[in-house]
Amino acid sequence: MRLPPFQSLLDAHGADVHRFLIASVGPVDADDCYQETWLAALRAYPRLRDASNLRGWLFTIAHRKVIDLVRVRARAPTPVQQPPEPTGAAAAAVGDGDADGELWAQVAALPDKQRTALALRFVADCAYAEIAAVMAISEAAARRNVHEGLTRLRKDRSA
Amino acid sequence: MTTSDSLEALLRGAAPRSTAPPPGLVEAAAAAQLLDIAYGELDSPVGRLLLAATPAGLVRLAYLDAGDEEAILADLAARVSPRMLAAPRKLDGARRELDEYFAGRRRRFELALDWRLVGAFARRVLSATIAIPYGSVSTYLEVAGAAGSPRGSRAAGNALGSNPLPIVIPCHRVLRSGGALGGYTGGLDRKRALLAIERGQSPLM
Repeated sequence: MRLPPFQSLLDAHGADVHRFLIASVGPVDADDCYQETWLAALRAYPRLRDASNLRGWLFTIAHRKVIDLVRVRARAPTPVQQPPEPTGAAAAAVGDGDADGELWAQVAALPDKQRTALALRFVADCAYAEIAAVMAISEAAARRNVHEGLTRLRKDRSA
Repeated sequence: MTTSDSLEALLRGAAPRSTAPPPGLVEAAAAAQLLDIAYGELDSPVGRLLLAATPAGLVRLAYLDAGDEEAILADLAARVSPRMLAAPRKLDGARRELDEYFAGRRRRFELALDWRLVGAFARRVLSATIAIPYGSVSTYLEVAGAAGSPRGSRAAGNALGSNPLPIVIPCHRVLRSGGALGGYTGGLDRKRALLAIERGQSPLM
């Protein structure tokens, strides 16, 4: 198996993985997830059997780190004063406080699968087949998650 | 009422921007023993150089002529490990010794070398080459003899030609028996320039 130098993965996909993580878990936790994603990738890299879709492989690892973080957050005690909504994994605003940031803050409050699907689709520019592979779901389910996410977002925004 | 298309366009347009990725990956990877090769570059009087080190020491030094960096890195990935990161700080020690050498202030390299890209015979040849003192020259035949292969000047030439650590392993100090320059991995202009540096002359190329 001829694998390219690992740095070339970082150069080609580092920024997109970082943006995906910001959209998924917010800017604060994104940095930790980013490092964990790349360390996990580096650890597994020499044993990789198929180098035909390195980007998909990296997003799969990043997605796994997001799931791990969501679990940790679910176990963490919630401060009493904290408002119960949004309940999504990424309550933190992801933008810089402008209208743009507000839109992605609404995405952050979506259910995990919808949020992940939207982040993969509109941040990482993934095709549905890629989203399906990363999330380990069918392509139809990937489309449904994106569609449901958009529908819910539209409802939230017109409310 | 937002149409489907415009919401999608809004999402794309408002997607988190690519801020600078968090630093610290190189150090974290090294601490977890996941960084097999750190590499960086050096501007020198004989052109841009690529330096690559494993935890054991400098494993590769290469002249960077237009466009061959990718091929050199791919070769290292295949022959040593694909766990490679651009980590210039990890080469600070090597860079310092090379800078001193080019300035005429260092006659002997002390940095650790990783010999893994060198076969057994080539290692004997290159070890004999390291023993040639700064500022002097030897011949392919003498180096072959020192490597235990007195008639193998051609084999010695091949071993020198595939030296993965030129400059540091001074194959530029090996000439033809008649005094002709012979060959050099970075081209004869560079061989002349390195010999000039060691004579205390300016390394005009």
